[in-house]
Amino acid sequence: MATFKEFRNNIKPNWCPGCGDFSVQAAIQRAAANVGLEPEQLAVISGIGCSGRISGYINAYGLHGIHGRALPIAQGVKLANRELTVIASGGDGDGFAIGMGHTIHAIRRNINITYIVMDNQIYGLTKGQTSPRSAEGFKTKSTPEGSIESALSPLELALSSGATFVAQSFSSDLKQLTALIEEGIKHEGFSLINVFSPCVTFNKVNTYDWFKENITNLDTVEGYDSSNRIQAMTKLMETGGLLTGLIYQNKERKSYEDLVPGFRKEALAGQNPEITAEQFNQLVAEFR
Amino acid sequence: MISQLSWKIGGQQGEGVESTDRIFSTALNRLGYYLYGYRHFSSRIKGGHTNNKIRISTSPIRAISDDLDILVAFDQESIDLNAHELCQDGVIVADAKFNPTVPEGSSAKLFAVPITAIAEELGTSLMKNMVASGASWALLGLPLEVFNKAVEEEFGRKGQAIVDKNVEAVKRGAEYVLELAGGPLERFKLEPADGKEKLFMIGNDAIGLGAVAAGCRIMSAYPITPASEIMEYLIKKLPKFGGTVVQTEDEIAAITMAIGANYAGVRTMTASAGPGLSLMMEAIGLAGMTETPVVIVDTQRGGPSTGLPTKQEQSDINALIYGTHGEIPKIVLAPSSIEECFYDTIQAFNLAEKYQVPVILATDLQLSLGKQSCELLDYSKIVIDRGTLVDEVPEREDGSLFKRYELTENGVSPRVIPGVKNGIHHVTGVEHDESGRPSESPVNRQKMMDKRLGKLDKIQVDNPIHVQAPHQNPDLLIVGMGSTGGTIDQARERLEDEGITTNHITVRLMHPFPVEEIQPYLEQAKQVVVLENNATGQLAGLIKLNAGYSDKLVNMLKYDGTPFLPSEVYSKCLDVHSQAALEKQSGELVKHGNF
Repeated sequence: MATFKEFRNNIKPNWCPGCGDFSVQAAIQRAAANVGLEPEQLAVISGIGCSGRISGYINAYGLHGIHGRALPIAQGVKLANRELTVIASGGDGDGFAIGMGHTIHAIRRNINITYIVMDNQIYGLTKGQTSPRSAEGFKTKSTPEGSIESALSPLELALSSGATFVAQSFSSDLKQLTALIEEGIKHEGFSLINVFSPCVTFNKVNTYDWFKENITNLDTVEGYDSSNRIQAMTKLMETGGLLTGLIYQNKERKSYEDLVPGFRKEALAGQNPEITAEQFNQLVAEFR
Repeated sequence: MISQLSWKIGGQQGEGVESTDRIFSTALNRLGYYLYGYRHFSSRIKGGHTNNKIRISTSPIRAISDDLDILVAFDQESIDLNAHELCQDGVIVADAKFNPTVPEGSSAKLFAVPITAIAEELGTSLMKNMVASGASWALLGLPLEVFNKAVEEEFGRKGQAIVDKNVEAVKRGAEYVLELAGGPLERFKLEPADGKEKLFMIGNDAIGLGAVAAGCRIMSAYPITPASEIMEYLIKKLPKFGGTVVQTEDEIAAITMAIGANYAGVRTMTASAGPGLSLMMEAIGLAGMTETPVVIVDTQRGGPSTGLPTKQEQSDINALIYGTHGEIPKIVLAPSSIEECFYDTIQAFNLAEKYQVPVILATDLQLSLGKQSCELLDYSKIVIDRGTLVDEVPEREDGSLFKRYELTENGVSPRVIPGVKNGIHHVTGVEHDESGRPSESPVNRQKMMDKRLGKLDKIQVDNPIHVQAPHQNPDLLIVGMGSTGGTIDQARERLEDEGITTNHITVRLMHPFPVEEIQPYLEQAKQVVVLENNATGQLAGLIKLNAGYSDKLVNMLKYDGTPFLPSEVYSKCLDVHSQAALEKQSGELVKHGNF
């Protein structure tokens, strides 16, 4: 069985020293090994941005696509091969700005993939512009007087869009993050894991220390019931979204693949694409 | 006895015009007649005038006719809008309900049949379509048993009582009109058909069927006119083959999901029209850059923007060829018949995997939606070629990545899908090396660009052009694409009668442009008329760009939303020919010949 080291490759990430994304990379590698995957059984599909490079830093099949479209690509991969474990990943700009339409629809479609967002509340690769996750008043190159738009609450949005697995973690908490990714992979449906992944270069407000001071860890909240959607929404609102842990999981709802009539468990990619003469004649008959 | 006839039904949209046409033409198809349909419809669901026209012939036809023999009208508007098409001894069968009148100056004969009243008497006005089609059938003097069999098949699922009622409606319509007309009309007596079994379908059905036959098992698409029928067909069929259709949130998701599924090894397609294709362009670039096969259908309609969503146009050609930023290899195919819609769809999947490029199949609205007779499709011609796809990869001692983008002689590299051991490699839209790793090295960049763009240098496509060249040095070479071929041929018959010699080429491969194939015919012709449904002469532009001959080319353009009529092509060609004779003296050139 593969260990997490087998999910490493020899590429040195081009992330800044101290970037939160290093932990996300490590957590994915550990979680993949912990759930018993071999490298070729994992496909990591990523978007564009600093975080989008992650698919190149993991020894697994990987596709680094176009900005905002990691999710539809990842869903296509999963439909083609249900035997693969598919992780989509990208930044908050990728998932909550340009790709927001796909995010909401992937949530409600509920295809069995795991989506990990590296949320640093800023655009890093383009050198410091505001993101949909930037707080009001946040000063960036594109908002020199401070952002005048309100910050998006992606997890509240996920809950109201019919999400079946909503979690959030923090780059400093590798243990929790790894455990949540494992749970997300095991979840039979779409799992969203938002990760506070500080940008040490351009975001001087939402720093490691700032998160440590402001986060509520659900593991320490007594009596929290992650199957209770109303409680999940309330808790998110109470904490302004600064909440980590498994926020909500619905184990009842079937995945999209399980709801498609006759969709087989085996990889579609492995099936013979040919049709028989008899099948062909049946198809043609309706046009006579 | 006559060898061909045109029939049209008109009414308000949602009133049964479609179903009347469907049942009437299905029965004609069973008798072995060749049919060619044209739908006039609007971008709304209920209300608004709509009409369907069918041309019925004892020999193959691929064009709408100039005139009309029988008009079935559900309202006065249908008469007022269409009576001018009727030939001198044409016939109008109209619903007596609205007290129909024949427009002033028309010599058409009117039969007022209480279509709605009979239908209501039998239980529901929904059966108007049966009364109307029964009346039409009777006027032609065709055997009622064949018609009733078609009715039975249409309604069989709903039980015998429903079948009986509909058969009764047909009978009542037939009896009523025969009494008015004093029996079947000798003038419309069709020669018997050849009785050969044919298929009767729209281009979009043929594309859907071709996709299933080609092994396409996933389709991701967003609804749009006039492409949706492809999606609707596959929604019904793919589950029977273990596959599925995903209706995505937009066209960007549709194309990227298709790219993901193709990357993972399943033949997957999407289909859209101009607006959707515009949205897909960035992703098509990703497919080109990552050498991921994908098939995209563009059912062209009137553009730009929302344009004329339910009307004929062929104006996406330039966008399909040049739409993507940067430079990628891409194949653009343009089928020109129902049969080609089927076979080219299969070919598109094979080319996509063989060359690992995006393949766009471009139809036009008339080809996609016009219902036509089609020769039986040949199962033995279905070949699936997955190119250099490997399903096993030997272990490498050095632990290196699989060279997914290995530099090979023909530029096509071995391809492996996720899940295969020892096949791990990286895929990225960033410029990359042979293993798919990002690389900004100028040397690598140049090699990779040459590799990708060189793949199509020796592309093999079945019949990149169709040639009908009976003359060595014709007065006119007429070049067209898509659905216009039949119209051109009909015009050519009349031109030949006038002593004007013509050759005809249908361009089926838009990109890469088949220069070598087309060149000799351009060379031989005294003049070249390029006929297309757009305003700027995009096909003519491609010819000039790739082959030259701009001094010989004359544009024949029509962009009012309707297909060319044979008479229009005939008279324009006549003009071009006689003007050429004049210009020979004056030395001037005709550049435009717009309608």
